[in-house]
Amino acid sequence: MSYDAHLRVWRGDAEGGELVDFTVEVNEGEVVLDIIHRLQATQAPDLAVRWNCKAGKCGSCSAEVNGRPRLMCMTRMNTFAAGEPISITPMRAFPVIRDLVTDVSFNYTKARAVPAFSPPPDLAPGEYRMSQVDVERSQEFRKCIECFLCQDTCHVVRDHEENKPAFAGPRFLMRIAELDMHPLDALDRKRQAQDDFGLGMCNITKCCTEVCPEHIKITDNALIPMKERVVDRKYDPLVWLGSKILRRS
Amino acid sequence: MSTQTGVDAAGRAPVAARTLRTDRWWLQPAITVAVFVAFIIYSTIRAFANTAYYAAPYISPFYSPCLATNCIPGTGELHLVGSWWQLSPALLVLVFPLGFRFTCYYYRKAYFRSFWLSPPACAVPEPHRSYSGETRFPLIVNNAHRYFFYAGLVLNVILTYDAILGFRDAQGHWGHMGLGTLVLLTNATLLWLYSLSCHSCRHIVGGRLKHFSKHPVRYRAWTFVSRLNPRHMQFAWVSLVWVALTDAYVALVASGTFTDPRFF
Ligand code: SF4
Ligand code: SF4
Ligand code: FES
Ligand code: FES
Repeated sequence: MSYDAHLRVWRGDAEGGELVDFTVEVNEGEVVLDIIHRLQATQAPDLAVRWNCKAGKCGSCSAEVNGRPRLMCMTRMNTFAAGEPISITPMRAFPVIRDLVTDVSFNYTKARAVPAFSPPPDLAPGEYRMSQVDVERSQEFRKCIECFLCQDTCHVVRDHEENKPAFAGPRFLMRIAELDMHPLDALDRKRQAQDDFGLGMCNITKCCTEVCPEHIKITDNALIPMKERVVDRKYDPLVWLGSKILRRS
Repeated sequence: MSTQTGVDAAGRAPVAARTLRTDRWWLQPAITVAVFVAFIIYSTIRAFANTAYYAAPYISPFYSPCLATNCIPGTGELHLVGSWWQLSPALLVLVFPLGFRFTCYYYRKAYFRSFWLSPPACAVPEPHRSYSGETRFPLIVNNAHRYFFYAGLVLNVILTYDAILGFRDAQGHWGHMGLGTLVLLTNATLLWLYSLSCHSCRHIVGGRLKHFSKHPVRYRAWTFVSRLNPRHMQFAWVSLVWVALTDAYVALVASGTFTDPRFF
C-alpha cells in the first residue's frame, strides 16, 4: 500500500539553510532512508546525504528524524502516521557541510586523543593470555558502529559548543572504560578520564543510551562504572588508604 | 532560551523551532516533578509532625531509628541525643535516606532532567548558558554516593529489624501478625532491592575488579547485582512511594483512624 508522505528536509550549508517541504511516495516496508533516496531520484538530485550499508551497520546515515537522533536506514516509515509531517535534519551537534551531511571530525579528534591499548611492557606479543570472563564485560562496547548519535545527543556538547575541548563524549568515555576494564591494559585511565576527557561533566541523564542503535547500555555499563572507578582513585579516602596499606593499585 | 552555544552555534544547521520533537517528551519530566513534589511535601509534613509515628508494634520508617530522648516510649532504647533535642526525632536520621537518594545515580538522572532541565529530554535544548556537570561543588559531592550507600545498608538492617518486631502484638508478645507487619516487611524488602541494585553496590561487590577470574565469589556477587541493576529505576520509585505509604499506614493506625487488621 503506497501513500504520499509530507517530508520536511533540511537543506542548506554552513552559511545557512531551512526546512524544505516535499511530498514523496512511500511504499510498504520502507525506511526513512528509502524515502530520502526516492526524493533524490525524483525531485532533488543535488540533495547531499551520507549512507552506505542500509542495514544499520556502517553508522553513516545518522540524522535527526522528528527531532530525534536516529539512523535513517533503521527508522521505519510505519512508525509515523500517514499524513504526519516528518522532519529530517542533519545531526545538530556538529557543523553542517551540506543538507544532511555533517562534519564529524570532532569525533575523530577525540578518538585519537585516547591513549591506545597498552599491555604491560614485559609482555611480548604472542604472550597475551586472557580469561573469557575478564574480557566479556567490555565486549558489549565493541558493538559500537561509530554512528556518533550518542555524541550528537549528549547535551554536554550539543548544548554547549564551548565544552567540546574538555569533553570526549559518551562514545570515547566508553572506550576509556573498555580499556580500563581490559585485563591486560596497564595504563591508569581513571584520573585521565576525569581530568582530560571530562567524565565529570556527564550527568548520567542517559540520552546516549536512549539513542544508541546498538542498544549498548553506555551509561549503566560504561560511564557509571567508570565514574565509580574515578571515585576510587580521586574521591574515596578509604580506598586510597586501603591501597596505601595493602600496596595495591 | 537561545544560548548561541548550543544547536544554534555557528556552523551548525540552524532550525527556527526550539525542538522538532513531536512526541510528548515533556510528559516524563512532568510526572517526575509531580511525584517528587508530592513526596517532598508529604515527607516534610510528616517529618516535622512528631506525632502518630508509633502504633505498637509498628514504627514509621521516617522515625526509625528513633534516637532522641523525646521519642515515644517503645520506639527505641538507644537515646543518643539528649533531652535538649526538642524537634521531631525524624530530623536526626532523615539526612541519611535523603542523602542516599539525592546522590543516587538514577535520581540524579531524574532531577537533572526534570528539575534542572539539563536536558529536559534528549535532544531538547537545555536553558542554561553554561554547564559544568558534576565537576564542581556542590554537585561534585555526588561522588560520595557510596558512603550514603553504606549508611543506607545500616538503615535497611534497622528497618528489617522493625519489620520483624512487627511479629509481636501491642503488648510485646511474639507470634502475632497484622496487616502492618506485611506493610513493614514489604517496605524492608523494597529498600533492600533498591540498595542492592545500586550502581555503587555493583562497583563495590566486584565492578572495580580488573580480573573477575581471580575473584570467583565476587564475580558471582557482581553477576547477581548486575541482574538487579537494570531495574534500579523501578526499585527507586516503588520503594520511595512505599516508604511514604508505610508511614501513612502507621500514622493512620497510631491516630486511631484505622484499626490494624490482625491475622493471628
Ligand atoms: S549520560 Fe552522560 S554522556 Fe550520556 S548523554 Fe547523558 S551526559 Fe552525555
Ligand atoms: S555507542 Fe552507540 S550511539 Fe554511540 S557511536 Fe557507538 S553505536 Fe553509535
Ligand atoms: S546506512 Fe549504514 S547505518 Fe544506515
Ligand atoms: S542508590 Fe541509586 S545508584 Fe546507588
